[in-house]
Amino acid sequence: MSHSDKAEIFNKNEAKVNWHDKALWFVREKRDTAAHKVKGWEYLRELASGIKANVLSNLDEYLIEFEANAQKNGIKVHWASTAEEHNKIVHSILSETNAKKVVKSKSMLTEECHLNPYLENKGIEVIDTDLGERIVQLAKEAPSHIVLPAIHKTKEEVDELFQKHLGTKPSKGNPEYLTNEARKHLRDKFLKADAAITGVNFAIAETGGFVVCTNEGNADMGAHLTKVHIACMGIEKIIPKESHLGVFLRLLARSATGQPITTYSSHFNKPASGTEMHIVIVDNGRTEQLSREDFRSSLHCIRCGACMNTCPIYRRSGGHSYNATIPGPIGSILSPGKDLTKHSSLPFASTLCGSCTNVCPVKINIHEQLYKWRQIIVKDVKQPFIKKTTLKIVGKVLAQPKLYAIFGKSARWLITYAPRFMVYSRLNTWGKSRELPKIENGNFDQWYKNRNKNG
Amino acid sequence: MKVGLFIPCYINQLYPKVGIATLELLEKLGVDVYYPTNQTCCGQPLGNSGYESDAKGACAVFVKNFKEYDYVVGPSGSCVYHVNQHFDILPQTEDVKKIRKNTYELCDFIVNVLDKKVIGASFPFKVGLHKSCHGLRGLKLGSCSERMVPYYSTEELLLKEVKGIELMSLNRKDECCGFGGTFSVFEEAISVKMGKDRIQDHLDNGVEVITGADHSCLMHLEGLLNRNNQPIKVMHIAEILNNSI
Repeated sequence: MSHSDKAEIFNKNEAKVNWHDKALWFVREKRDTAAHKVKGWEYLRELASGIKANVLSNLDEYLIEFEANAQKNGIKVHWASTAEEHNKIVHSILSETNAKKVVKSKSMLTEECHLNPYLENKGIEVIDTDLGERIVQLAKEAPSHIVLPAIHKTKEEVDELFQKHLGTKPSKGNPEYLTNEARKHLRDKFLKADAAITGVNFAIAETGGFVVCTNEGNADMGAHLTKVHIACMGIEKIIPKESHLGVFLRLLARSATGQPITTYSSHFNKPASGTEMHIVIVDNGRTEQLSREDFRSSLHCIRCGACMNTCPIYRRSGGHSYNATIPGPIGSILSPGKDLTKHSSLPFASTLCGSCTNVCPVKINIHEQLYKWRQIIVKDVKQPFIKKTTLKIVGKVLAQPKLYAIFGKSARWLITYAPRFMVYSRLNTWGKSRELPKIENGNFDQWYKNRNKNG
Repeated sequence: MKVGLFIPCYINQLYPKVGIATLELLEKLGVDVYYPTNQTCCGQPLGNSGYESDAKGACAVFVKNFKEYDYVVGPSGSCVYHVNQHFDILPQTEDVKKIRKNTYELCDFIVNVLDKKVIGASFPFKVGLHKSCHGLRGLKLGSCSERMVPYYSTEELLLKEVKGIELMSLNRKDECCGFGGTFSVFEEAISVKMGKDRIQDHLDNGVEVITGADHSCLMHLEGLLNRNNQPIKVMHIAEILNNSI
């Protein structure tokens, strides 16, 4: 199903659309307030974008520098070129350490690699410990947002889900009660876990350490309670220097939720004695995206989700309508690089309003890349016959002023004189919920001609 | 200074009154303005649908029509933006480069080229300004709410000088209306929902007339207003500025 089909289904429940839109707009406004408080916000974005551009131009060197420094600190470094390799590596670490129960804090990379089903098939229990992630895991759904994974669920829906899976009492969606119950449930999982998997927000080349940002402290809880910590990162997560954190940490949480900083910004530099720390560095299509000049800067992304919160389409269609690991505007420029046919409707799920580009803390020109993907998609992916033929004919007509004049006149005549049932037929998608313009007497060309004649 | 009047295809065919107001307004401001006949379209509907390469013929017609003018002025931000931004598909001859640089949206031209703000118009109504995205974020006719820069709005500079006008404040000052060219039919459900939400914001704030510098957004909003019999009119900003000068 295309994005528009799924969006149409989502829009059948207008009250829920309004609620979803308002919830995310609230976050966008919080972001505005937080960003306004930072003097030099635009300069900070410029700086972050510049650092990321430098990283992408020297990625090979930074990655090797990072690996060497991490190894010096006693961290074991693994390289995976595909999702499958990543999953195999994680599994082999778990096997070697005889780990059967795993707690995982939020990592979009492991979502991208479909790590959970892979490990579950091998008989390993994987528990997502971020509250939102745990909710969607219990519901057997994918996250609908990269920062707010369960934003598509109301508290009443969570109430029902918890009753079913955690045995809670009906509470009419009391957030305090439900959170407390989730806390007890997760506490038990943390205490019994053998290994912890986390994502990585920033990996620092000069130190070989990495930073994980959470609001719930679940990454720390997992990493400190278990003997094995596996951190999974995409190759683009590198930053050159520790001091660059001063740029990115200031941008990340403000852009994401409007907080000055995430509750926990945890720095991991070396394993504690008696424990193991692993880093899996994953490509999975990133170097290919790096090779596409027009789309390279999509790898600047620090996964704040601001483009989703600001996107008027995302807010009204829900994250699942994108049918991709990363939904929203940034996902719509990343996903076509992975599977052009599957994701070919995504770059069209935009009015090209440009709000995403302006909100992005690392200045990715998202709406311009959407436009560029569109040009590629109509060439490389089979298009509906009517759409393609119509637009090709339009192109020919617009190149010939005389032919265009005839077409314009005919169209105006048709809208004016054809019976309403014909004009507003099933083929007229515009007219489903909108009136066509009322046709005035003649067009501008005719008015101008007459005016000159009379004048 | 010779100015070529750029009347986008949909204004020519569907909203001649907007073209007329634009021409009259420029003439009243003392501009030496010409209307090259044989205009078709800037090619934006094709480009935004992914068929940019099929628009080269239309772009070439545009260049042929306007190459002799010092400035090209049109009453539609998104079309002007398309000329500025996407005429990179043509060979970059001197004519093409000049046209990309000198094609202006009407308000931008009045404020930043003619350096005029007070036009002497009068319009005693409660007006809501729809800031069209391509004008706002593309042509930078104003500061958008995402960016932490000093506030400005070219359209508001002009509207504030109109006698009797009451410019109403909106809850979401620059959210997209959902038109988006062919988006309006290929993503019909979302497009309509976005338009309805925009209209509600204007209704909630007591607006009588929605105006803007891009009539394509207004066409979409008008289509919804008329279908739902809602008590708001739409008028292009040129019609307001041209009122009783």
